[in-house]
Amino acid sequence: MKAVITVIGHDTVGILYKVSGICAERNANVIEVTQSVLQDLFAMFMLVDIRSISCEFSELSEALTDLGKELGLSIHVMHEDIFNSMHRI
Amino acid sequence: MLNTSDILETIRMIQDECLDIRTITMGISLLDCCAEDMNIVCDRVYEKITRKAEKLVATGQQIETEYGIPIINKRISITPAAMLVSATRGGDPVLLARTLQRAAETTGVNFIGGFSALVQKGFSAGDDALIRAIPQALAETSNLCASVNVGSTKAGINMDAVRLMGEIIRESAELTADHQCFGPAKLVVLCNAPEDNPFMAGAFHGVGEPDCEIHVGVSGPGVVRAAIEKYPDATIDELANIIKRTAFKITRMGQLVGTRASKMLDVPFGIVDLSLAPTPAVGDSVAHILEGMGLSICGMHGTTAALALLNDAVKKGGVMASSSVGGLSGAFIPVSEDAGMIDAANSGVLSIEKLEAMTAVCSVGLDMIVIPGDTPASTISAIIADEAAIGMVNSKTTAVRVIPAIGKKEGEELDFGGLFGVGPVMPVRRESAEKFIARGGRIPAPMQSLKN
Repeated sequence: MKAVITVIGHDTVGILYKVSGICAERNANVIEVTQSVLQDLFAMFMLVDIRSISCEFSELSEALTDLGKELGLSIHVMHEDIFNSMHRI
Repeated sequence: MLNTSDILETIRMIQDECLDIRTITMGISLLDCCAEDMNIVCDRVYEKITRKAEKLVATGQQIETEYGIPIINKRISITPAAMLVSATRGGDPVLLARTLQRAAETTGVNFIGGFSALVQKGFSAGDDALIRAIPQALAETSNLCASVNVGSTKAGINMDAVRLMGEIIRESAELTADHQCFGPAKLVVLCNAPEDNPFMAGAFHGVGEPDCEIHVGVSGPGVVRAAIEKYPDATIDELANIIKRTAFKITRMGQLVGTRASKMLDVPFGIVDLSLAPTPAVGDSVAHILEGMGLSICGMHGTTAALALLNDAVKKGGVMASSSVGGLSGAFIPVSEDAGMIDAANSGVLSIEKLEAMTAVCSVGLDMIVIPGDTPASTISAIIADEAAIGMVNSKTTAVRVIPAIGKKEGEELDFGGLFGVGPVMPVRRESAEKFIARGGRIPAPMQSLKN
């Protein structure tokens, strides 16, 4: 089971560090990261393995949403199935 | 890795374009709750609903978190309650309504639909008792929806039922006059009612359905509108293709959520209803899609054609995306629940007559229309008869959900709040249909050949 974490907003120091920190604390293994900064806009897509996370999925999701609020970024965590089913036949 | 533009598109649809799963509806058969004594029926009904739907709301919330997609309503549809009433010896249907309300509160669902009777060809004793109890039942409960099927292409239209429903709608409005006449907002009169519809107020669990199943109703007028607006110069056939592609994506999500919910609840998956269901929220309007196609305002000439194109393209796109499509599946055109429709009605361009024409090409009927409080019951019956005739002759579902605004007239409005929105009082013809409606009897089923 994999989840996609998307982070969008103004670029600041340590976004990747903080997001991956939350993942590591809850044993979510980061598989792939794509990141780009266009002018001031930071966009990161992170694929994480959530099979053996140490908490409920909702807790991981809340922790990241809270971090998003704290940093003024929009952070979403969604199961990868939603993208697969919507965009692939 | 997934394509980043795909990820962004999905997030944009949910965040900015109001894409959501409108409802997860659990259909529950109550045929095994029949008994002669209404009190026993009520006990059995309460026990079965609360047992089957115990985890429905929690499951819905879990899926919401997992997929990051809002699921607005969790609902239950039941076997038409008139069948249970028929099995009792003169049991009071209002008792059953109170039980259903209690079950809705215990399970935490938004609505229970199925306080219904199917009388397209005639009444059984239970049907008559249930229909006459509807105004009281709707006045006493807040989460219960009622529906009555008065016609079908195979059976014709039961004009006695049509006459009765005009009176029932008025009575229901009068009983709830202190609460914005909210009663009839939970009551719909149908022709060719689908048995697996997850949308209220017309949802019920047909007798041909399994013991328990999960249906999903998707929604996404905002997404379709945004997709159309990206192509201001597209030809009509190109527009149809854009809508199809968008409907496909929306429906895939409904299919995913339905399959997941069915697995988690260990209940068979029923259908995806691929309807475009508007809400009063900004950017979630079906009228605005039609206006996005190039009409200056919904309700003007050209509206029916634009709606026909939209409705058909939504079906074509959705059908391939799901293993099983059913319910109403098409575009809804409720007036009070759609910001664009409200504006069009207020401006006087959108009339009931135009809405009636629109129902001939879209998935439902005259929906959430507020009419003057002094409209006689026979006129309401005549509106129902017209609408049922369109459904009967065209082999499609049509419905009437009109709300007489007791004590109000044109220029005023009813404010239902929430998803039900605000409805301006729309003018109806003042001439009488009393004699026609008073005749009673049945309109015979139409010819199925020589179709011109």
